[in-house]
Amino acid sequence: MRHTLTALARNCGAALRALLALTLLTGVLYPLAVTGVAQTFLRDQANGSPVTVDGREVGSALVGQRYTLPPEDQDDPGEQPRPDPRWFQPRPSDGLGTNSVNTRYDLLVSGATNLAADSPELTRDIAAARERVVAFNSVPGHAVDPEEVPADAVTSSGSGLDPHVSPEYARLQAPRVAAANGLTTERVNALVEEHTEGRTLGFIGEPRVNVLALNVALDALRPDAR
Amino acid sequence: MNAQLAGVLQLTALLGALALAHRPLGDHIADVHTSRRHLRVERLVYRAVGVRPDAEVGWTGYLRGVLAFSLVGIALLYLLQRLQDVLPGSLGFATIPPDQAFNTAVSFVTNTNWQSYSGEQTMGHLVQTGGLAVQHFLSAAVGMAVAVALVRGFARTSTGALGNFWVDLVRGTVRVLLPLAACAALVLVACGVIQNLSGIHHVGQFLGGTQQWNGGAVASQEAVKLLGTNGGGYFNANSAHPFENPTPFSNLFEIFLILLLPVALTRTFGRMVGSTRQGYAVLGAMGVLWVAFAGLMLLTEHHGAGPAPELAGGAMEGKETRFGVSGSALFAVATTGTSTGAVNAFHSSFTGLGGGITMVMMQLGEIAPGGVGTGLYGMLITAVIAVFLAGLMVGRTPEYLGKRLGPREIKLAACALLVTPALVLLGTAAAVALPTPPDAMLNGGAHGFSEILYAYTSAAQNNGSAFAGLSADTPWYNTTLGLAMLLGRLLPIVFALALAGSLAAQRRRPATAGTLRTGTPLFTGLLTATPLVISGLTFVPALALGPLAEGLAA
Repeated sequence: MRHTLTALARNCGAALRALLALTLLTGVLYPLAVTGVAQTFLRDQANGSPVTVDGREVGSALVGQRYTLPPEDQDDPGEQPRPDPRWFQPRPSDGLGTNSVNTRYDLLVSGATNLAADSPELTRDIAAARERVVAFNSVPGHAVDPEEVPADAVTSSGSGLDPHVSPEYARLQAPRVAAANGLTTERVNALVEEHTEGRTLGFIGEPRVNVLALNVALDALRPDAR
Repeated sequence: MNAQLAGVLQLTALLGALALAHRPLGDHIADVHTSRRHLRVERLVYRAVGVRPDAEVGWTGYLRGVLAFSLVGIALLYLLQRLQDVLPGSLGFATIPPDQAFNTAVSFVTNTNWQSYSGEQTMGHLVQTGGLAVQHFLSAAVGMAVAVALVRGFARTSTGALGNFWVDLVRGTVRVLLPLAACAALVLVACGVIQNLSGIHHVGQFLGGTQQWNGGAVASQEAVKLLGTNGGGYFNANSAHPFENPTPFSNLFEIFLILLLPVALTRTFGRMVGSTRQGYAVLGAMGVLWVAFAGLMLLTEHHGAGPAPELAGGAMEGKETRFGVSGSALFAVATTGTSTGAVNAFHSSFTGLGGGITMVMMQLGEIAPGGVGTGLYGMLITAVIAVFLAGLMVGRTPEYLGKRLGPREIKLAACALLVTPALVLLGTAAAVALPTPPDAMLNGGAHGFSEILYAYTSAAQNNGSAFAGLSADTPWYNTTLGLAMLLGRLLPIVFALALAGSLAAQRRRPATAGTLRTGTPLFTGLLTATPLVISGLTFVPALALGPLAEGLAA
């Protein structure tokens, strides 16, 4: 018995020393070395791929953001944000929670809805999202056909921070964006075309449009610059 | 090109890359674990630990090392979280409550990486980089060490010695995981994964106002999270988060990283037992199972059955635009087939049958191709059972790699294979039967049952992914899932090392005309069918109540 206990204590002592030595290698030296190289040679990427326009930081090329009108009542935190018709809109992000553990910072928390394929709540959300997309994007002389609304326009992404929409969803928004900005639909469609990225090497990933890049380019075209 | 064809091409490119990479890497790992040379940094570690690197021990001594290292790892990680608020680098986050800290500590040390917290709002730099990411390396290195010990059991004759756990642990970390992770991390940074030491910071937005983000050593953690088949992400959204997985290329690269070491270790096995054919027979079984389920997953997700995907016009709920259905389906099969548990799309929102496939991949026993080390020793134990079944059919005493599989060996292998199903089914039954736990389900009906079945499968098989609708941050789930992870990791290791000990002690028997030849396609077929039969008999009743009921109703 005594022998077993001393053997175990010796093993735990060795384990603790091994853990500390390996923590130094893998938890201190390794991340610092990678950070050093990354910050020297890949500065932009290592810091979140920021996008600047005329010296002003407007977001990250990789992370989605909202393009909404200012709230009508500043003091009502429950007010639903209303999309701004002048800008291309991203996918819904119903899964995004707000900070529930630590109220010191109001961090955005990434996440999905996790609703199942047979969830009545999800089917309701999708039907409602489709109605909103149709109503919001129909302009005089151009009514959106509900059949044309692509899947990504009515579903939330995994991260809730999807920076892209499908080219179909961008094209669907073009007439509304054109009307709100006093541009022709042809011009806006050409802009969408320019900003459509194909599959990497022709087969990796899916065709997509970066909403921030599209809106930045759109801003440069608008007759009434902000 | 349509999306299905693009998916098939991505699958083909992945298999091609693995075919190229697994040979040199597998040979390297074999050399690392048979070499007599010690690097200078390794000698320093051995001196600090206080072990003689050239002394070898038997299976009980090896097991004591594994257990001591795992328990000390859990204790230290628990303390780091409990003391987070008083330690530096906390980003202002509070201390973690005891049940969640226990769950998380066990989760990372057992290579499970189940997460009942949201990284970006819970864990500061010190815990993430100095605690969690460290276990990304070490839990993988422990798995690799146990696998190597079992392979030595087959390779060695008439000896009690299985090697030196500390040497296998340190070499696996220093010579295999660290260099691979460093290269992979830089590739990920080049794609756009962040790697900085900034705290919470504000980023300007297009229409004014700001978004708030944590910075962090994300790329260095992401690389080893995937290479070590860990899966515990920096952010809540895991590899769906644009800062963890920014582009379609990074996505394919991450799937490659997940599969790389488990596949390469079959080559290591072949080299160490002196016949690469034996390695390919094992790899063949892993490959057939993985490719078959990957194909099935592409098919079901593109078909998009179920009320919600049909209404939306595609199964895009919980999936990112840049990966699409194909990139998400391939990632899901890779992560559940390897005990990784990272996700780039949310399995709970997959179609009914797609969600079922993710569960089956885990329930096969995490052997197609399984986690780093755990996949290989799991598959070798399955091979022992397969040889035994073949022996029963022809009425001969079974032999594998020249070692006789007597009652003791078969009992140990059977115990190793039965531990996890018992944990899964008992845990699920308890959670469903007891009055309080089911309240945590997000979805109702068959899918609600699936959420619970998935949670216990994921924990006991040390996968770590979730049907994340389940609110698992309750004392009940934190505690029972923590225990399932701990027992699901350590008990199979006990049986695997005991098996290694009794194999190493044997003499090698010469092959005769009646010996089942195990380096052949016939044996690969047997090895493919065995886990299907075992997990089919075990799990079909439970699957019928969950994903099958949901999928067939669609």
